[in-house]
Amino acid sequence: HAEPLKYKSKKKADKNDQEKQYVGFATLPNQVHRKSVKKGFDFTLMVAGESGLGKSTLVNSLFLTDLYKDRKLLNAEERINQTVEIIKHTVDIEEKGVKLKLTIVDTPGFGDAVNNAECWKPITDYIDQQFEQYFRDESGLNRKNIQDNRVHCCLYFIPPFGHGLRPVDVEFMKALHEKVNVVPLISKADCLTPSEVKKLKDRVREEIDKFGIKIYQFPDCDSDEDEEFKQQDKELKESTPFAVIGSNTVVEAKGQRVRGRLYPWGIVEVENQSHCDFVKLRNMLIRTHMHDLKDVTCDVHYENYRAQCIQQMTSKLTQDSRIESPIPILPLPTPDAETEKLIKMKDQEVGFLKD
Amino acid sequence: MAATDVDRFSSEEKRNLNLGGHVGFDSLPDQLVSKSVTQGFCFNILCVGETGIGKSTLMNTLFNTTFENEEASHYQNGVYLRPRTYDLKESNVHLKLTIVDTVGFGDQINKEESYKPIVDYIDTQFESYLQEELKIKRSLFNYHDTRIHVCLYFIAPTGHSLKSLDLVTMKKLDSKVNIIPIIAKADTISKSELHKFKIKIMSELVSNGVQIYQFPTDDEAVTEINASMNALLPFAVVGSIEEVKVGNKLVRARQYPWGVVQVENESHCDFVKLREMLIRVNMEDLREQTHARHYELYRRCKLEEMGFKDTDPDSQPFSLQETYEAKRKEFLGDLQRKEEEMRQMFVNKVKETEAELKEKERELHEKFEQLKRMHQEEKKKVDEKRHDLEEEMHAFNRRKVAAESLQAQSLQASAQLPLKKDKDKKNRSVNTENQSGVTLSNSKVMIAKASVEPLNCDSWWQAIQCCTCLVKNAAWREGFF
Repeated sequence: HAEPLKYKSKKKADKNDQEKQYVGFATLPNQVHRKSVKKGFDFTLMVAGESGLGKSTLVNSLFLTDLYKDRKLLNAEERINQTVEIIKHTVDIEEKGVKLKLTIVDTPGFGDAVNNAECWKPITDYIDQQFEQYFRDESGLNRKNIQDNRVHCCLYFIPPFGHGLRPVDVEFMKALHEKVNVVPLISKADCLTPSEVKKLKDRVREEIDKFGIKIYQFPDCDSDEDEEFKQQDKELKESTPFAVIGSNTVVEAKGQRVRGRLYPWGIVEVENQSHCDFVKLRNMLIRTHMHDLKDVTCDVHYENYRAQCIQQMTSKLTQDSRIESPIPILPLPTPDAETEKLIKMKDQEVGFLKD
Repeated sequence: MAATDVDRFSSEEKRNLNLGGHVGFDSLPDQLVSKSVTQGFCFNILCVGETGIGKSTLMNTLFNTTFENEEASHYQNGVYLRPRTYDLKESNVHLKLTIVDTVGFGDQINKEESYKPIVDYIDTQFESYLQEELKIKRSLFNYHDTRIHVCLYFIAPTGHSLKSLDLVTMKKLDSKVNIIPIIAKADTISKSELHKFKIKIMSELVSNGVQIYQFPTDDEAVTEINASMNALLPFAVVGSIEEVKVGNKLVRARQYPWGVVQVENESHCDFVKLREMLIRVNMEDLREQTHARHYELYRRCKLEEMGFKDTDPDSQPFSLQETYEAKRKEFLGDLQRKEEEMRQMFVNKVKETEAELKEKERELHEKFEQLKRMHQEEKKKVDEKRHDLEEEMHAFNRRKVAAESLQAQSLQASAQLPLKKDKDKKNRSVNTENQSGVTLSNSKVMIAKASVEPLNCDSWWQAIQCCTCLVKNAAWREGFF
């Protein structure tokens, strides 16, 4: 699987002649590292898509834990007029001393009703509300304990049963692409053969371009990275949207216990790269690009929201209290030609008198 | 469709979960670090101390380069700050270092205002950051942070205590910047004196409530070392960029007749400790403290000054929006009032000026009329005079003619025939020569004239006067008068 992004820094120089030239600020990355570990991290992930596409299973597979204990699934009749809810699950997880506060934002009910007009509205409202909350906190006087609840990434699940994007998929992604990093996934990919997967991916990529949807773009890697890394990066970019399979169960395959799905005709291994792109997704989302997702949210989406918000505020105010020009134009009579001549003459006289 | 308000967003209680395997987010710090390294770091040091106390030398020694520097003079009028930015690189870490020098500090005779330029400079850097933060389109990740991260305060090695200027200045700076006090030129103090000096300085600082920077002890990795260093403040340093051979190595040192003071020898001075603390261990913490504590304090004060509050009288949290709107309304109201006033003033002024102009116009008219009248009167007078003059001329001419005809008659009397022709009064000219060229005597001429034209005079005097023109002889003329 892909290597975690290496951060380049040499170890502190040994005590030799180098020591003399060595000032020591090359330890800055270490200092930053230390502080960040101590502070801990947080990440908010949103999953969206129709019911039954494997969202919860995928989340469990990604984070190797069970977030969805005791949840209730609705019947079809209960779903006819279902409204979209927003449910947050927050968990604290730790690995090798690194603490992560993970928030998963679920959107049950999306796309499930018969009439799904504007079913993404609750979702966009939620995202906007988080932005607004953050904006308010950031502009307040006491900024010591701001909680960052902004959504850093949205995984959108495309059903594999069709021929590409459906209208509701397009509308949803278009409604969200300027508010959050959208990562489209082809879900339940174990119903597609490799060639079908390829075809579907190409189709989806084409349609994304056609409809002008701006999904999350991986940043280009530096030119001084080694070839292997660059190759991996290229492969990653070319296999979007990822075709994923999730599983809550562990099965035995080839003498090993792996996460997978047991079928009469074989075992689908979630972490097998030739079976699906789960590993790529996990690496991208967690091991290499988690921080970049956060950065793009802060620096791009949030800043856009903030700029818009401020401009709206100011334009609203100027519209309300627009006053007329304060300097009144007094109706001065325009003098006729004769009077003007007279005035001119007299002016000259006066001028001469003055001199 | 679902109504959306906050209450509908349900969330579970936060809980800890155990992971079933290696997920991989332990690379998060590495991701963060990788990003910071690409971006580059920046650090700003402020050096406060008297002229000549060794600020520039210490900077050179700390960063192992020679930053260009001329010796400062003692005769500056006031204190001014001189920031200089350098790009340094080590391993592959880029550091944008800014060193701010206080030139002229401690040189003036009256030092009461010495701290002001320093405080102003620090505030200005905070202000620029705040402005950037409040912009509509901002780019904080690109922003070159010029806020001062640490202030090295150089204490003169008197051996007794702090100077009054030191106390006053540090008191003004402690809430705005991280202060690390250091004893400069420590090679003039012996070990025992140094110990007493340090204790005295620290107790003075504590008793006056000066908050200097404490190295952080909350991170297990560095607690021990930081705690021990905290006890050794203020560091006694010696700086030098000259190298002296000691043993078989070249070390940075100061050569005296009585020995060599080695900069990097921990038993000689605390330079190594300072470098360790300032650069190798706590640089990032200094930056964080500046941003999280000093800057936030500045920002809070500034915003409160501008009238923003966190809660209104009912203790409901004010949104920035509402505050902003309220302020804006107030401001617009003020603006409107001012405009009204100005408009009134303008209207009044215009009326006044109009009235004035009318008045002037009237005056001018009057004056014009007056002048015209005068002119006319004068003209009349001149006309009259001319008239008189003309009349006189006429009169004169007539008499002249009369005199001529008289003459002509007298000529006629002597030569009648030819004169008869001259009876035409119009064509008369007094010719004292008759046609035959005989000059007549005066009396004869007079008699001639008298017969031609009767004198139009009332008195004999006038009569004589009329005839005088005929009198050629000047002596005669004079004789008459």
